[in-house]
Amino acid sequence: MEKLLNWVDDRFPLSVLWNDHMAKYYAPKNFNFWYFFGSLALLVLVIQIVSGIFLTMHYKPDGALAFASVEYIMRDVPYGWLIRYMHSTGASAFFIVVYLHMFRGLMYGSYKQPRELIWLFGMLIYLALMAEAFMGYLLPWGQMSFWGAQVIISLFGAIPWIGDALTLWIRGDYVISDATLNRFFALHVIALPFVLVGLVVAHLIALHEVGSNNPDGVEIKKNKDENGIPKDGIPFHPYYSVKDIVGVVVFLMFFVSVMFFAPEMGGYFLEHANFVPADPLKTPEHIAPVWYFTPFYAILRAVPDKLLGVIAMFASIAVLFVLPWIDRCKVKSIRYRATIYKVNLAAFVVSFLVLGYLGMLPTTPGRTLVAQIGSIVYFGFFVVLWYTSKNENTKPVPERVTK
Amino acid sequence: MTTDTVDTGKRRTLTLATSAVAAVGAGFVAVPFVASWAPSERAKTAGAPVEVDISKLDEGRLMTVEWRGKPVWIVKRSNKTLEDLKTLDDSLRDAASEKDQQPEYAKNPVRSRKPEVLVLVGICTHLGCSPTFRPDLAAADLGADWKGGFFCPCHGSKFDLAGRVYSGVPAPTNLEVPPHYYLSDNVILVGEDGSAA
Amino acid sequence: MRKLITALLLAVAPSLVLAGGAGIQLDKANIDVANKEAIQRGAKTFVNYCLSCHSAAYMRYNRLGADADMTDQQLKDNLIFTRNKKGEQTKVGELMKIAMSEDYAKEAFGTKIPDLTVIARSRGADWLYTYLRTFYADAGRPTGHNNKAFPDVGMPNVLWEMQGVQEAEIRVDDKGTKHVESLKITKPGTHSVAEFDQVVNDLVTYLVYMGEPMQLQRQSIGFWTLVFLLIFFVVAYMLKKEYWKDVH
Repeated sequence: MEKLLNWVDDRFPLSVLWNDHMAKYYAPKNFNFWYFFGSLALLVLVIQIVSGIFLTMHYKPDGALAFASVEYIMRDVPYGWLIRYMHSTGASAFFIVVYLHMFRGLMYGSYKQPRELIWLFGMLIYLALMAEAFMGYLLPWGQMSFWGAQVIISLFGAIPWIGDALTLWIRGDYVISDATLNRFFALHVIALPFVLVGLVVAHLIALHEVGSNNPDGVEIKKNKDENGIPKDGIPFHPYYSVKDIVGVVVFLMFFVSVMFFAPEMGGYFLEHANFVPADPLKTPEHIAPVWYFTPFYAILRAVPDKLLGVIAMFASIAVLFVLPWIDRCKVKSIRYRATIYKVNLAAFVVSFLVLGYLGMLPTTPGRTLVAQIGSIVYFGFFVVLWYTSKNENTKPVPERVTK
Repeated sequence: MTTDTVDTGKRRTLTLATSAVAAVGAGFVAVPFVASWAPSERAKTAGAPVEVDISKLDEGRLMTVEWRGKPVWIVKRSNKTLEDLKTLDDSLRDAASEKDQQPEYAKNPVRSRKPEVLVLVGICTHLGCSPTFRPDLAAADLGADWKGGFFCPCHGSKFDLAGRVYSGVPAPTNLEVPPHYYLSDNVILVGEDGSAA
Repeated sequence: MRKLITALLLAVAPSLVLAGGAGIQLDKANIDVANKEAIQRGAKTFVNYCLSCHSAAYMRYNRLGADADMTDQQLKDNLIFTRNKKGEQTKVGELMKIAMSEDYAKEAFGTKIPDLTVIARSRGADWLYTYLRTFYADAGRPTGHNNKAFPDVGMPNVLWEMQGVQEAEIRVDDKGTKHVESLKITKPGTHSVAEFDQVVNDLVTYLVYMGEPMQLQRQSIGFWTLVFLLIFFVVAYMLKKEYWKDVH
């Protein structure tokens, strides 16, 4: 066995890779609940890729056949329904996990120096994920697939001068059609997964270069023992690998509960109107994007001007990219930051949830008002952060991680 | 970190137990993915057994039906043909149908349920061509001894009117007899052995 | 400030009505997809009354047979009324398609006739249960019928012989919108109200089953998966505890 390993190591850095990323990657010993979601996101990525590959074996990216081929998968392919529900549940699970992972970053300042690039790669992953989800949602070719795509593609029409030409180019037709479906299929199953996997690798390489942050926001590399091992660090393997297995099992319990007992999740994961085949002549009475897009959709609708609304929506995502430079506070973890930051972050989370909820409902003047307030709070988070973080009244950060 | 109190035996047992459970889980997960490659309900319907009415099939004639995308021949043989079959044994490779090319009920000298009705998959056992039906006795190109049978134009394999392969031709085995049974005197169901089998 | 809070509460309060569903109160269907007799009865109503105009083009007859304990012969004798071009009876493995073309349907009913395979997943059981029981006589409609759950629907009341003639008390509000206040059977059909409700409930049970024929199977697989994960959790947690003894 050891001979074989040596043979491989002479030709491929297997042991080196294993040690660098697992056995001798020293992670802070004080990771809490919030630190499960990174590895869970990786797990969901694998679930999506595997189930997706098997779905493409039966799915037909053809305007005349797509809807029927999904029902064919659900009924005629042995266990096709299971693979399809795995994929549809996985899509929503991906966003839940990623949102919690991002919130962790906000709480403990994981985006701050020296981890800005990790954050940027992460934001790119999030963007790619949104594109991936959006294009995937067209494929079942139901009413929501069609009209959701119609609305989102129309957003690009708000861009001055080139808007109309751009939407036409994206669709490849005067209406969302077979041509659109086919290109979205190609991007969904080949191009974007490549990009996603590449970005995930970059995200992890960057992370393992600088080392993980932790709930105390203490740099464990500043305190090393005589062997050069961080005193507060423990090898990722076996300590975090065995811990993450527990996290994975608990996560899977939730995952399979949805997948086997409530795959539609009351219309949030699989929308009711998507069980009606796409019909370009008949708009459903109420169009809502899938839940993971609704906060941004609510911001879009909160602005009474089309172009400004689109700008606000894109800005709400773009502003997250520059977060490491907006937050000028040197203290990372929320544990040692001023009350103003805690209140600000709480308001941000509430606004995100409220906006997400409003984005699913039809508009009324009252709701639009709330959405406007929510949008102001959302952007206000960054403004307040910019002004308060420079000279924040922080608590002293300990030298070593706490229990 | 203290390592003095580590119970390595317990660790090994627990690691093994977790790995075993994980392996079982991986096995379960693999089931739906592997199963999804099996023929779908659509394929099964398309490949469902085919009912054939042979009441209009004349003696000495052949009819072809499609079953699972393959031609299935049904030939009504005359008594003369059945007599002729007995004389051919020496020139055949597997006269007694030893090789598993037919259901049990067709493992007899005439390779059929009813002696006069022959049911065969019309695919040459050599490389998958479909042989031609040549009932003409002593055909010029097949020699004076030809008692009627099937000739594969691809590589010259010859079979008699029980689908048995002649010696000295490329095809290794007799033509396949598909599962079939009689729903009534004149109706055959191709694709199922029937409860009597 | 108080105004703002009220606005917030109002906006965030969940809207119980299905968006745009005309906001009528739906009657509750009593669905048990494990009840095979109900599915059999519902299927019979379905093939007799629905399957001549509506298709169920993703559903196979023998899937119904397998799930509701019916043999191929029973399917052929009781449920399969369609024939292929050669005049042979549709095979048990075939999909529940219909002979009517889309163009003909459009001409006859002025609308595309929806396929019903997954109708229960888009409309919901309660809506279907309400819809099928709330047709009422309306001379102003080409079919002579209107519907409370689906105003100005194109579909005639195909179950009227069972239900009888139902009439509505209509209230017109200031905006000129019609509201169905109440419905009353004015001429009884072959079934009593309770019997008819049962027929519709069975039919909707069948539709719910057909929308997702694997739903019972998925729940049982789900149960065993959770049992497995629980076992997995126990060993994985013990393993974690054992290793983390090292970490102080």
